[in-house]
Amino acid sequence: MSNRVVNILVPLISVVLGLLVGGIIMVVSGYDAIDGYIALWNGIFGDAYSIGNTIRQITPYILSGLAVAFAFRTGLFNIGVEGQLLMGWLAAAYVGYAIEGLPRIIHLPLALLAAAAAGAFWAFIVGFLKAKLHVHEVIASIMLNYTALYLTNAAIKSLSDGSFKTPTVLESATLRNQWLREITDNSSLHLGIFVAILMVVVMWFILEKTTRGYELKSVGFNKNAAEYAGMNVNRNIILAMTISGVFAGLGGAMEALGTYQNASIKAAASGIGFDGIAVALLGANNPIGVFFGASLFGSLKYGALNMPNAAGIPEEIVSIIIAVIILFVASGYILRVALEKFGKKKEGK
Amino acid sequence: MKKRKFGLLISSVVATGAILAACGTDEEKTDSKDTSNNNTGSETNTGSDDDFSIAMVTDVGGVDDKSFNQSAWEGVQQFGADNGLTKGDGGFDYLQSQSDADYNTNLNNLLRRDFDLVFGVGYMMADAIGEIANDNPNAMLALIDSADVTASNIANILFKEQEGAFLAGVVAASMSESGKIGFVGGVDIPVINRFHAGFVEGAEAVNPDIEIQVNYTGAFDDASKGKIAANSMFSSGVDIIFHAAGGTGNGVFSEAKERKAKDKDANVWVIGVDADQYAEGQVDDSTNITLTSMLKGVNSAVIDIATKAKNGEFPGGTTTVYGLAEDGVGLADSRGAIPQEVMDKVEEYKEKIASGEITVSEEKPKQ
Repeated sequence: MSNRVVNILVPLISVVLGLLVGGIIMVVSGYDAIDGYIALWNGIFGDAYSIGNTIRQITPYILSGLAVAFAFRTGLFNIGVEGQLLMGWLAAAYVGYAIEGLPRIIHLPLALLAAAAAGAFWAFIVGFLKAKLHVHEVIASIMLNYTALYLTNAAIKSLSDGSFKTPTVLESATLRNQWLREITDNSSLHLGIFVAILMVVVMWFILEKTTRGYELKSVGFNKNAAEYAGMNVNRNIILAMTISGVFAGLGGAMEALGTYQNASIKAAASGIGFDGIAVALLGANNPIGVFFGASLFGSLKYGALNMPNAAGIPEEIVSIIIAVIILFVASGYILRVALEKFGKKKEGK
Repeated sequence: MKKRKFGLLISSVVATGAILAACGTDEEKTDSKDTSNNNTGSETNTGSDDDFSIAMVTDVGGVDDKSFNQSAWEGVQQFGADNGLTKGDGGFDYLQSQSDADYNTNLNNLLRRDFDLVFGVGYMMADAIGEIANDNPNAMLALIDSADVTASNIANILFKEQEGAFLAGVVAASMSESGKIGFVGGVDIPVINRFHAGFVEGAEAVNPDIEIQVNYTGAFDDASKGKIAANSMFSSGVDIIFHAAGGTGNGVFSEAKERKAKDKDANVWVIGVDADQYAEGQVDDSTNITLTSMLKGVNSAVIDIATKAKNGEFPGGTTTVYGLAEDGVGLADSRGAIPQEVMDKVEEYKEKIASGEITVSEEKPKQ
């Protein structure tokens, strides 16, 4: 069986298997599996409103997935996407409300740039520590997640005079778009999805079409070989983390300028950055793959809200089902091996 | 060869997809028929078309937080029982929010299911309620604990937490043996500041020299933070802690219970919040560390607003405030933990506050 067929079949069968096991869980716990899945389906695609909100949910996942995937491709595990995203979130919100009197064509890109810069800076610290002092990026980035969480909380508090959220971003910086809202029945769909798709192309372009991207990938494949070939490994590590941070920061901007229109104090991390790890792995660290991985993740996450609403299934069961589906998709490797064996036998005959 | 196989595979996948899709729509159709039948069924059962249905959306604390959301849900259930409603469409229901991204969708889902009145529980819901109210001008919405967002179709509900907390402060200062009492707050926001302000004023009214330790944990759903805060307070000699921290407060209870279980003579007490938290303080059959609880009548406020709305007097665009005079706040039965002379003192202050002789401050006290 050709590679392409396997690549298409594996995720498909994994999803079906995941749905089956999820269905069994529902039946065993005494709920109607068909009703449950109809509710899930309608929650994702049921009407314009659901579709709009599903896309809105997918948007930050694409960016956090790209951030993790880009680092992975260059041999780094960026578990700090969460923190970089929070920094970007705050930066976008701040620029979005504090700078007045700019036209939208300047203000909105400026807010996005601020978010990208904040995320990049937070990731740069990790890359710098790794390159210069050999601090493992996992440790540095996990710790910086906490730092970012409490730093942004403190900043929001002082910026807003003791309130729990910043002022709403100005009209000139918002990603909201009346037309998008209208065609999706007042959902919170915003222009961010186009930014996310653009970034998918950007990541593909950097990795596949530029010399720098080739170098970054080489460092990821084999550091020593890359160094032997005359590449500056340390500089590439710092650069890779910084670019990864740009994607993460933009993910935060989606929330700041699109979904929430502000930044608010959080008791715990938002989870988008951590889910980005799963998204990147589902998408095999490939930009297009990340797009589909994020679509699956975001759809399930958003559609699941409708399961307690329409089918009366408790949140806890819903969380288990969603986790099972993702688990099956992620363990596609087993299927891949099985399919290859099956294919070989057939061709032998 | 390979090409042909690939083509076959694609076509079979497409075919299965089509069949599955067909199944899906079929099921959907029958499903929607089913629900419409159910609807007409329940309508004829209850015998009227104008049943007033209500629903609520919890904040991230969840419906079983033993505090705020739970109290609101009890009110919704009570209203349902009083009006012969059943849980589900056309009756009463709730949806839980896992994160603040869910508020909009949950509110919208309930409105789409044609609930007549939908409650948003908690100040964090303000932005979402405002947006939904703007998009659905005919919907009736109620927002508990926030007057940040106002519109003609939103009924805002506030409580004079400071008045109830004043009484809690009176109890704590009268009962403390060490002269040190503690306050554990959730997030540092105006609602919690009102608890804080009342508690301090009440305690100082009884004993001006009392030492009050304060800790805002920054979370409503993190019991471990509550436990740490309680641990450091009890260790420094505090004997009574009042918490206003939702789920975080459960950690205050577990710390006190552990101390009591280890040492029967330990003088540790907790004053609960929002609902009667007596059950939370049960150490064993004969011991309980809950001194009393400051009740916040979210349940009765929900019933009150729902009843008004049902009778066509929905207080949209106005803020209804429930204080001691309206029985919106108060203290729970102490079950004998508080001696009569302290209760008399509490009663005395209660009358003074209700009559307006004492006005309790809302502002966070300066340290």
